[in-house]
Amino acid sequence: MNGPQDLGGMMGFGAIAPEANEPLFHAPWEKRALALSLAMGATRQWSIDTSRHAREKIPHHQYWSLSYYEIWIEGLLRLMNERNMLDGPPKTLPRLEAQNVAPVLAKGSACNREVSSPPLFNIGDRVRVRNLQPMGHTRLPGYLRGKTGEIALHHKAHVFPDSNAHGSGENPQHLYTVRFFARHVFGKNADDFLQADLFEPYLEAP
Amino acid sequence: MPHDGHDHEHENSELSPIALRVKALESLLVEKGYVDPAALDVLIDTYETKIGPRNGAKVVAKAWTDPAFADWLKKDATAAIESVGYSGRQGEHMVAVFNTPEIHNMVVCTLCSCYPWPVLGLPPVWYKSPPYRSRAVIDPRSVLAEFGMTLAETTKVSVWDSTAEIRYLVIPMRPANTEGMSEEQLAAIVNRDSMIGTRLAG
Amino acid sequence: MNGAHDLGGQMGFGPIDAPATEPVFHENWEARMAALSMTVAGGWTIDEDRSACESMHPAKYLRTSYYEHWLHGMESLLQKYTPDSSSPTRPQDVWAAVTARGSYIRQVPNAAAFAIGQKIRVKIMNPETHTRAPRYVRGHVGEVARINGAHVFPDSNVLGLGENPQWLYTVRFTANELWGNTASDAIHADLWEPYLEPAS
Repeated sequence: MNGPQDLGGMMGFGAIAPEANEPLFHAPWEKRALALSLAMGATRQWSIDTSRHAREKIPHHQYWSLSYYEIWIEGLLRLMNERNMLDGPPKTLPRLEAQNVAPVLAKGSACNREVSSPPLFNIGDRVRVRNLQPMGHTRLPGYLRGKTGEIALHHKAHVFPDSNAHGSGENPQHLYTVRFFARHVFGKNADDFLQADLFEPYLEAP
Repeated sequence: MPHDGHDHEHENSELSPIALRVKALESLLVEKGYVDPAALDVLIDTYETKIGPRNGAKVVAKAWTDPAFADWLKKDATAAIESVGYSGRQGEHMVAVFNTPEIHNMVVCTLCSCYPWPVLGLPPVWYKSPPYRSRAVIDPRSVLAEFGMTLAETTKVSVWDSTAEIRYLVIPMRPANTEGMSEEQLAAIVNRDSMIGTRLAG
Repeated sequence: MNGAHDLGGQMGFGPIDAPATEPVFHENWEARMAALSMTVAGGWTIDEDRSACESMHPAKYLRTSYYEHWLHGMESLLQKYTPDSSSPTRPQDVWAAVTARGSYIRQVPNAAAFAIGQKIRVKIMNPETHTRAPRYVRGHVGEVARINGAHVFPDSNVLGLGENPQWLYTVRFTANELWGNTASDAIHADLWEPYLEPAS
């Protein structure tokens, strides 16, 4: 969706203002917010894609004024509300136990999948980004739509967020890193370039 | 609000609305049996004490001193980084991008906050903030200027927008006059921001 | 600038709240703000006023109501300008003031570069200052539907670089071109010549 998360190229947010000697957390509640978000992910009631989409649905003005852990908490509450998990009776769900934290983090959750279809594009191919405007979750930033670039890397097939976020299955698709000239994307910055990781359904032959 | 200590040791009256909200949420989730509070403590401790940018700094220092390792990083960063002991959540699919005098790399996630946790830990606030996320792709040189970096006109900026589950680690250029330094000494001069691409190492 | 005001195509704002009846002003302060805007001869142009509103932090812009944008605009313009106090608008002047026929059309020596029916492309451009080219049309091909004469060019006027009048076109785009959908709907935008290039 063309929501508040799609920030690439927007202006007006002011200085970046990196904080010297920034602490890892700015308040104790931030630690709990991080840990709660990770632990609730382990209940397997939603995927990372669904949780990203929950955050994207926060109204623009709110998303742009909340701190990042506030966004996480807001997203977590939305996910749980949608599933009647806050008010409803407790369900028996997989739970992350203290002794399993280290192995679970070490294992991660790889997103690559085997598919039988060969990739449509090869490294070096010119591709144009389709002008897709989905109402649901997508990982195609607005600023790249309609722009032409070149396949720089091929990562084989990965879980397709546009399907997975909506419970429509992993529907794995070939994933490419596509390289663009900045001037083709923004009309400036001369010979600088930029890359984005784009799924095959986002791309077409120019 | 103090930055140390545990919020549950304070009276509620001292807590901000968001802190109260998180506390209430945690109590509810513990009561329903969805989370183990001890697991939360372990998660926090992991990212406070075990996983952070010193991991990435070791990878960079090894890449500077071991050409075979640098080559491996270029070909299969996930495996090369795993061989140093770092893998897992938010680092499942790694790509290492090498700075050169011709190309300066910089990483952003315009859509959320994707960041290579196993090598850099949790991202700083600025990396997740709208000013950085909006501007890094359209005006990277002004971003670099804010961090005190002015690139030569002949150096091209190459921005990587982490839109999928691939995570990027910038391998900064090795500073001059570091020939005699050990891998350990080199790791100590690799700062976090140089591995995001907003500063130089050293 | 690519600010929060540039809303075309944004999603997530929910349904349109359109009550059957609505007062002209919802609060007394809104009425005062509207009246202030129409009577203070501040010395600034409408383009500077728009630019001042657009320069609000995006979160604040979307959190605040329309007349708060006006208030913000006037507050920031008053930092820069001293309004003319020699002849304040008198009550008996108001009707004439609000019905006065102004015009943004200017005579220019050059002919229009594009003709009705001609295919044009909106340039890929991202000015950091005020512009009236929305992001959603940039890079897209449309057709000249109307030529409106040469009009004051906001992108120059806002910077104090003069009116720099430029030919103004109404450009017709298909919904398919702009949004990739299959609808046969048309979308028109008024675009100045410097925003456009021939579609090759």
